[in-house]
Amino acid sequence: MARVVLITGVSGYLGAEVAAILRDEPGIERLIEVAGPATADTASRPRPRAAEAASGDWPQQAAGQAARPDEEVVRLDVRTNQLGELIKATAADTVVHLGLATTPGAAGGRASMKETNVVGAMQLLIACQRSPTVRKLVVRSSTAVYGTSARNPTVFTEDMEPRASHGLARDVVDVEGYVRGLARRRPDIAVSVLRFVNFLGHRVDSPLTRYFMLPVTPTVLGHDPRIQFVDLWDGVEVVRRVVAHDHPGIFNVTGRGAMYLSQCLRRGGRVPVPMPGPALDAIAGLGFFPDVSPEQRDLLRYGRVVDGTKLERELGWAPRRTTEEAFAAFVADRGLTCSRPVAAADGALAAALDALRPADDAHQAQASPYSEGAPI
Amino acid sequence: MTDIGSANGPRGRHADQADAFTEQVVTLLTFLRRRIKGEYEIDQFGFDTDLNETVLMPAARMLYRHWFRIQMRDVERVPEKGAALVVSNHSGTLPVDAMMLQVGLLDEHPAHRQLRLLGADLVYAIPVLSHLARKSGHALACPPDAERLFDLGELVGVCPEGYKGLGKPFSQRYHLQRFGRGGFAASAVRAGVPIIPCAIVGAEEIFPMIANARPIARLLGFPYFPITPLFPWLGPLGAIPLPSRWLIGFGEPVPTDGYEAGAADDPATIFELTDQVRETIQQMLYNLLLERGEAFG
Repeated sequence: MARVVLITGVSGYLGAEVAAILRDEPGIERLIEVAGPATADTASRPRPRAAEAASGDWPQQAAGQAARPDEEVVRLDVRTNQLGELIKATAADTVVHLGLATTPGAAGGRASMKETNVVGAMQLLIACQRSPTVRKLVVRSSTAVYGTSARNPTVFTEDMEPRASHGLARDVVDVEGYVRGLARRRPDIAVSVLRFVNFLGHRVDSPLTRYFMLPVTPTVLGHDPRIQFVDLWDGVEVVRRVVAHDHPGIFNVTGRGAMYLSQCLRRGGRVPVPMPGPALDAIAGLGFFPDVSPEQRDLLRYGRVVDGTKLERELGWAPRRTTEEAFAAFVADRGLTCSRPVAAADGALAAALDALRPADDAHQAQASPYSEGAPI
Repeated sequence: MTDIGSANGPRGRHADQADAFTEQVVTLLTFLRRRIKGEYEIDQFGFDTDLNETVLMPAARMLYRHWFRIQMRDVERVPEKGAALVVSNHSGTLPVDAMMLQVGLLDEHPAHRQLRLLGADLVYAIPVLSHLARKSGHALACPPDAERLFDLGELVGVCPEGYKGLGKPFSQRYHLQRFGRGGFAASAVRAGVPIIPCAIVGAEEIFPMIANARPIARLLGFPYFPITPLFPWLGPLGAIPLPSRWLIGFGEPVPTDGYEAGAADDPATIFELTDQVRETIQQMLYNLLLERGEAFG
């Protein structure tokens, strides 16, 4: 079946990679890529794909398959009804909405971020509702909808009520609300909502990846949140599968398992600087961590873990990398190394153990966890 | 280090002791190495078996054996395997009793069962306590968490009195407080898992609370702020629990699989079951109190 797919958010890391994959997806005749208005930043960004495809790290298309679909990149302001015109003009049958501004900084302030996220989604949904051709809608959401508090159940499933109250999480709750409205009014459209946990990957540039790259890492004294990651490759693959076949519903998307923040920092050789919660809030309020929004500071306290088995059952597929593997890949990719005090302490412990134990045991325990392919 | 290495010399009692000591040091050092590099795994609940087995449980075990000299009664009434719900009384200002119950079931139950406790949300708001609770395998007292643990066939523990039991004045010792709305009973009935009543005698005396400084409690966001004969007058020393003698007893399991569908949503059934469990525990408390005699004997 000839298909026309319209994808938004291609200036973001997820959108860019999904677009690169869909360009080679059999059955897609035409791919319309929608990016926000051109800015100096987005215009200069190189198009992804070539490097990745060459590295063999990405799901590969069958060699010598049919001609690539026509691809075109359209820059428009998502907050206007230009999208509606575009959907009408192209007779798109599948709309993949991956545009989601996750940080106020990048979006030019919180008000502008909300505008882009919520009003942009409303415009898109109105366009879908009016279009006679749209048969499928895939929406990027976030597990931020579940909120973060001490009252969180230990593991969230998709049927639990969104509790988020501010920031990005609030936007996502609103967007999901409008998406539900559309699904009610247009039952003939297959609507998939994908609630992603934090992405990690080579191209991912998010508040969390920047947080892990800080020279010293502020944490909240007395709190050690559980967090989850999904490898960008797995996230892209989920979107590809949902575009290729119908999987209506709401799905959490996460690598299996969970980690403590303290564990991440240790594996990444970071230097944690625990500070009282109010102090961290105050410092962040002064603008020291411009991308650490209030709900991320909550995440540093209470964390969040979701259940990804519904998606695994639905797709009959499991993410290639677990949370731990995604983080290990991130550590290797960014070249994070052990901080000097930790390395020194580890060396001292190893020396003490050598003195205490028969040589063969000690030798085994010395394999570095940072070397490629080490079981973590 | 070299003098410890000399244990390889002529064998004798001293050499054996030195070996055992070396073994402990090695265990500790390998543990520290794992910890500083993050080489351990947790489950979705945040249960950190490595930390639990190497640090938390041994520390609690010292209290269990040498400080409170705890004895278990009828521990074999707890099933060998499969999901079950242990319902116990709660007392002692700090939730030491729940921790001791966890040690007891791990050490003295024939199947060495790991108790997964359901704690109030306040536990997860208090710094330090929040992540230590998660790392020792506990979850939040809410139906989804209980259901998830039952599905995994875990042994779940709950203290339905909550803070009403923990923070009650010394004068009300061994009088069970209200059992909330019976959420624990509803969860057990929904999952069809047996309820095992459990009575803990001894925790009431560890921090005898003679008054509650409400203004301070409100200021700190705690449900109560205890005044005991030693706390806060002696500062941190006042936070050392008194060495009372403890008994932990288990009652006959109450089956919950005989109810018809929808019983979990019927308040009448749930309240009846809750009361039955509560009465059983109260009776067990009286019996164990008689058996124990002097608190500090």
